[in-house]
Amino acid sequence: MSQTIAEKILAAKSGESRVSPGQIVDAYPDLVMSHTATWRSVSVMKKIGARKLYDPKRLAIVLDHISPAKTEKYAADQQTSRNFAREYGIERFYDVDAGIAHLVLMEHGHVKPGDLIVGTDSHCTIYGALGALGSGIGYTEVASVWVTGKLWMKVPTTIKLTLNGRFAAGVSAKDLMLHLIGTLGADGCGYKSVEFYGSALPQMSISERMTMANLAMEMGSKCVFIPPDEKTREWLLPRLKDSSTYEPVYADKDALYERSLDIDLAALTPMVACPHQVENTKPVTEVLGTRIDQAFLGSCANGKYEDLVIAARILKGQKIDPRVRLIVTPGSKQIMLEAMRTGILATLMESGALVTNPGCGACAGDGGMLADGEVSLSTANRNFVGRMGSNKSSIYLSSPATLAASALKGVIADPREFY
Amino acid sequence: MEDKIQGRIYKFGDNVNSDIIIAGRYLIYIDPVQLAEHAFEMLGEGFPAKLRSFDILVAGRNFGCGSAREQASTAIKGLGIKAVVAASFARTFYRNAINDALPIVECPALYEAVAEGDQISIDLARGVVSHAGSEYGFPGIPESVGKILKLGGLANYLKSTLET
Repeated sequence: MSQTIAEKILAAKSGESRVSPGQIVDAYPDLVMSHTATWRSVSVMKKIGARKLYDPKRLAIVLDHISPAKTEKYAADQQTSRNFAREYGIERFYDVDAGIAHLVLMEHGHVKPGDLIVGTDSHCTIYGALGALGSGIGYTEVASVWVTGKLWMKVPTTIKLTLNGRFAAGVSAKDLMLHLIGTLGADGCGYKSVEFYGSALPQMSISERMTMANLAMEMGSKCVFIPPDEKTREWLLPRLKDSSTYEPVYADKDALYERSLDIDLAALTPMVACPHQVENTKPVTEVLGTRIDQAFLGSCANGKYEDLVIAARILKGQKIDPRVRLIVTPGSKQIMLEAMRTGILATLMESGALVTNPGCGACAGDGGMLADGEVSLSTANRNFVGRMGSNKSSIYLSSPATLAASALKGVIADPREFY
Repeated sequence: MEDKIQGRIYKFGDNVNSDIIIAGRYLIYIDPVQLAEHAFEMLGEGFPAKLRSFDILVAGRNFGCGSAREQASTAIKGLGIKAVVAASFARTFYRNAINDALPIVECPALYEAVAEGDQISIDLARGVVSHAGSEYGFPGIPESVGKILKLGGLANYLKSTLET
């Protein structure tokens, strides 16, 4: 008894009956994700002379950053990844058409409650939206897990965040997370697991939960959990190959938390993260009128179908300010197809948006680069200096609603005017 | 890897993220020498050249936060930096540094005491950093993990386990 979700999953995956915070275990992940970095892990395998994988079924490869290849070097690296996937018979291989690894893996039913998932991306925490333990590692370590099947993990302490109330119109999960990151700081949950609870959760969509579990990385979280409920089950069951594998893991009622915090969603307002740290957050009302040259709607944080719909509702029948370039990058092919079928893409394009192929896009420096002195508003998860181009450019982060309202006005604007 | 490291320090503040250490556009490289040419380039003129005259980086909280890119620790090694001492590290950087055989020391007490250009010495075996006649203790890396560092990084460690 008295165990958190992270403790239960790490115990199960390391063959222990129970584990305690601080303990180091050898854990066997259910899934190892590698994205555009795959070729680097392949080079490690070559370097160490390893030829055999622990279990090819546990690998997933998605070519999402800088896709399709924009230089010969990227093309050669992607070729290395593709050839590796073919040689080793990796069934869960997704090429440059699929979209962002995190979203693709969840959409295809490769992530389920209770899983332990590691990958070459810090935002692996997003898998906690479905109750899985996701955590980022480097490419050498990915190669190591490919070969040995395991890695050392330190059992984290856990922070409990309880959400009550409902968002006001124009306020969303992104605003909640920017508020939390600003309050707790970029290392407020460093090395720790985060569990979300509260009367607000049952109403929150899977898309909102993905935004939450994704952004929680920006306060240092090792992993994040939104305990599975009816919504999780409904979303996931049609996507799972074998529905009997749906076995949620919950914390014990008397689980021990390092810290507990209650948040009233009704008290939150639209937030932005100002340059050049995500923790540098302010209510949108304090930066109204800030000029923007570019608006980027996309990323694993906010490039989902619901995010595109929120922006399209505000932009429908309107034209964006001619001084702004609005770049829309759907998170995945499935998202793009759905937005195409329902007319959302047409609405966005008619308002003046450029719609790109699915993937990480401008968030990872693939198109949409900024010149000296330029400012981008972005729905992504990072505003670090130079991340989208010149080190003399600036990035502000916001929700899709704030982004759409700002694209219309040509300056950072309050989305609540549109509700 | 040697147990004793000493030299001049360069001092950073809090939340130095891995995008600053090495920008995404250079992740096409994995070689320490190539990466080092662009390390900390985002900080503007003089970087990374000025860092090459220092031996150890000292930083505040959450060093290496953000992206899990392993090239952040590789680029620092490529600069000839022998260790990083910080008040705290982001977990992805912490793991990558061990896997890259870059010694890392979590020692919040040292941070306030030092200034750029100061000499410090680190005794990894004893878990002590010395500066201007004072000693600051730090927790050692767990023994099971320390083996990776001792063998020169995860690739070497793996190679040795595959051979036996």
